[in-house]
Amino acid sequence: MELGLSAFVIFFAAIFTNNILLTNFLGMCSFLAVSREVKSSLGLGLAVIFVMTCTSALNYLVYHHLLVPLDLVHFRYIVFIIVIAAFVQIVEMVIERFSPVLYVILGIFIPLITVNCAILGVALFMIIRDYSFSQSVAYGAGGGIGWTLAIVAMGGIRQRMKGAKVPRPLEGPGITLIIAGLMALAFIGFTGMIQIQ
Amino acid sequence: MAKSKSMAIFVSGLWKENPVFRQILGICSALAVTNLMMNTLIMGLSLIFVTAMSNLTVSALRSITPVRIRMMVQTLIIASYVIIVDILLKAHLPDISEALGPYVGLIITNCIIMGRCEAFARHNTPWPSLLDGVASGCGYAFVLLTVAFFRELLGFGTVFGVRLMPGGWTNWTIMVMAPGAFFMLGGFIWVARSFGPRDGEKPEGAR
Repeated sequence: MELGLSAFVIFFAAIFTNNILLTNFLGMCSFLAVSREVKSSLGLGLAVIFVMTCTSALNYLVYHHLLVPLDLVHFRYIVFIIVIAAFVQIVEMVIERFSPVLYVILGIFIPLITVNCAILGVALFMIIRDYSFSQSVAYGAGGGIGWTLAIVAMGGIRQRMKGAKVPRPLEGPGITLIIAGLMALAFIGFTGMIQIQ
Repeated sequence: MAKSKSMAIFVSGLWKENPVFRQILGICSALAVTNLMMNTLIMGLSLIFVTAMSNLTVSALRSITPVRIRMMVQTLIIASYVIIVDILLKAHLPDISEALGPYVGLIITNCIIMGRCEAFARHNTPWPSLLDGVASGCGYAFVLLTVAFFRELLGFGTVFGVRLMPGGWTNWTIMVMAPGAFFMLGGFIWVARSFGPRDGEKPEGAR
């Protein structure tokens, strides 16, 4: 845990070397369920980037300016969940009201995000690693982009594999996990560059 | 009669409707904590506790919970039990608490628990709900321990920290890193789905 790590470094580390999905396994449920096509993967990915960046900022402020002074840090799980759920709800209403086009693209994905463990995971990691405000926001944005990168790549691979003959018991989640393993293997190639832990 | 029903609930949670390899729920932590048997055991026990207790509570409160806000109520119940587990681990097993890191907190978003509350506890009396929670939790712990057994054995040559492999064994470092987790769980799902009932299974197993 180096405190001198600049926000810029954390941003790139969260995308490549410490990809939130392929090294921390966060957000697997929706990753397995939605990654059948590039189009829907991209939609969900964009929604995740947006929500993750904003909630990591919000959660940072709530944690350091409300929970720590009041000595209520043990309640952070409940508070984070409520912040995330409320934020997602508000975003959904705002988008529906002001941008019908965006609502058509992202609409069905937004409620899914509340239960995406990557969002809560980012908030918890940021507390454990003692990030500053700018570091937290960079980590949230990088994490979201990294997650999107992984799910879009997976969507592309699965689209290509539609005609492939996969052993019956391995169909669906089984083969997706193994492909994810291969992707993780490829991402290990980045690890030498920067390290955050 | 009552006994055979309890038995049926147990079997379905453990194998027929196993949350991990049948319903593909709770994958995040199944991948993240399974590099050491000890961590996995603690995680499994925590999850059994949280699932059982939240099922019990949701079921006990089912007649007075307004339907429209039930998700929020369930989340709060689950989160309260997770906080208890977190505090207990920090106090008594600080090393493991540190190793598990954020994944204890992430039990809240583990879809197994919410799924059981929604699907079972909401419509059943407290006792079967408790049993159902324990069964689902055990099903989860069983898969995790199996995966962890192979990962630790191949990756470190040990089981629960006790050396099992002969002296000349070269550790498969990849097994304790991220890709090993994916391969192992994928392989486990493959083997598990090759046995057992096929009927009622959709061509695309994932939800």
